[in-house]
Amino acid sequence: MAEAAIRATGIVKWFGEGEARTTAVKDVSIDAYFGEMLYIVGPSGSGKTTLLSMLSGILRPNSGSVTVEGADIWKLSSDKLADFRLHKIGFVFQDYHLFPRLTTAENVAIPLILKRENWSNAIVEAKKYLEIVGLKGRADLPPVKLSGGEQQRVAIARAIVGKPDIMIMDEPTASLDGDTGQSIVRFVKENVLNDKRCILIVTHDDRISEFATRILKMEDGRLIGVEKGGSM
Amino acid sequence: MKGILKLAYKLLVNDKAKFTALLVGITFAVFLMIAMTSLFAGVLYRASATVINLGASMWVMDPSVQTVANTIGMPDYVLDAVRSIPGVNYAVPVYSGGGLVKLADGAYQAVNVVGLDDTSLFGRPTLTQGKIEDIYGENAFIAVKDTEFPKLNNPAIGTEFEVNDHRGVIVGIATVASSGLFGVPTLYTTYERALQYIPNPRFTISYVLVSPKTPTDVANIKREVQGLGYLALTKDDFMDKISKFYMFQTGLGMNLLIMTIMSFIVGLSISGQTFYTFVLENIEKFGALKAMGTKSRELILMILFQASFTALTGYGLGIGLCAATIALAKMRLPDYAAMITYWNLALAFVMVVIIAALSSYFGVRRVLRIEPFEVFRG
Repeated sequence: MAEAAIRATGIVKWFGEGEARTTAVKDVSIDAYFGEMLYIVGPSGSGKTTLLSMLSGILRPNSGSVTVEGADIWKLSSDKLADFRLHKIGFVFQDYHLFPRLTTAENVAIPLILKRENWSNAIVEAKKYLEIVGLKGRADLPPVKLSGGEQQRVAIARAIVGKPDIMIMDEPTASLDGDTGQSIVRFVKENVLNDKRCILIVTHDDRISEFATRILKMEDGRLIGVEKGGSM
Repeated sequence: MKGILKLAYKLLVNDKAKFTALLVGITFAVFLMIAMTSLFAGVLYRASATVINLGASMWVMDPSVQTVANTIGMPDYVLDAVRSIPGVNYAVPVYSGGGLVKLADGAYQAVNVVGLDDTSLFGRPTLTQGKIEDIYGENAFIAVKDTEFPKLNNPAIGTEFEVNDHRGVIVGIATVASSGLFGVPTLYTTYERALQYIPNPRFTISYVLVSPKTPTDVANIKREVQGLGYLALTKDDFMDKISKFYMFQTGLGMNLLIMTIMSFIVGLSISGQTFYTFVLENIEKFGALKAMGTKSRELILMILFQASFTALTGYGLGIGLCAATIALAKMRLPDYAAMITYWNLALAFVMVVIIAALSSYFGVRRVLRIEPFEVFRG
């Protein structure tokens, strides 16, 4: 691990106003490094997803700063922030959010199409990544024809096809059985993680803790501890 | 940008049920809008049939005339006075009035009789059978072979009948550009014979048909005719006056306008609601695209493209359906007056654009409000 991919300093996020105000993240500071697979764990409502959203440029913190590769992302205009997410971040959503009316290859090609790549080239590239995630021959199927684990692999292929520096995975094993979940995370660690990429994973699932580089523990919006991977 | 539009296209078209519902809604709305307005255009065109068929570039009439069917006779001196106006190349009288024909089988049939200037026969129809000079023969009439022709029992040259108890004989069969609005056959004869056969008030000239020497003479002729206490209109002015009468003084225009607006509202309701539902059903997907780095203006572009594509496809289908329906209707109902004009198409296009704009407006508002965080949180 060398330079910090993401550095969050004193970030706070609250929702609502007045008596209805709830503070979801309270003065959290973290560093995440290239080559690292960092888990954020904690009980429901502890602020994990809120923290991850602020780190990935989706949710603006009320105070504090988030720098990615040295640049404060929350000082960017909304267009530049969108460009930042498109070029720097790969998302794997908890519900995958695959488009049921598109083929698997078209789903994977979306980040490339958003980057103005030619449609045909994007599909060719997407097929390569489907092969990487072990879904060769599934390119022309709609996602609904795939199993949960296969859909998760499609989501991973979509997240990495744009070659992002940072990959964000929200509860990647939540809707998968234990074996499939483990195989997915193992696959990510072995095939997606490299020393130029940082992977942040929010999870409840202690069966996949062995794959983490570090584990950040959250409770009630605060960071309460950092552990090495495999000891969750 | 092409890729994003293709993505929007696939998201729209691959949702076959929604896309079909959207297309049906817009096609139906366009069909109704064009059907209503084309019917109106056809009625207005036919209302000016005599003006179109006689083809004179200027018409002199009593100022109280509202339509070509309701003539008010003018005294003979008007014809002489018009002929003496500087800039008039020539001016001829024409008679237009109703007669009652007794057919060979004893049945009676109302007809429109047009009496052409005896000297020039100005405004004569195109003959398909017979010779025009035969119109000077005894009791001679020319029958117009239009959609009303069968009401005269499909006469041939030599067929005899009675007009207002006078003997008449068909000496020619002719065609004209437009059939009349009121469903009666038309017979052409000479001006003098028309006066003999049709009972008339004291003044007998229905219109004076004028040919100006140059287009610049039109204004002067109008002014001079006004000085005589009469009205001179160009062909287009007269057709416009007739159209305005039917539009604003008969209730026909208002009723058809209401039907057109109802078609628009039906189209807007079906398409707007279906499109908004389509956006709502995909709202999480739009949110995911936003999270992945799609800019707001690209999402707006996608929605506008989807709405425009649906609207224009529905517009084309609606026009095709309407044209096919009119063609079929005319095969079965020769009197069916519908006529698709560029104005009908333009009006329907404007309404379709409004439907697309309103449908996409609400979709865009919803998509712009979606926070990627809400999608991310699940």
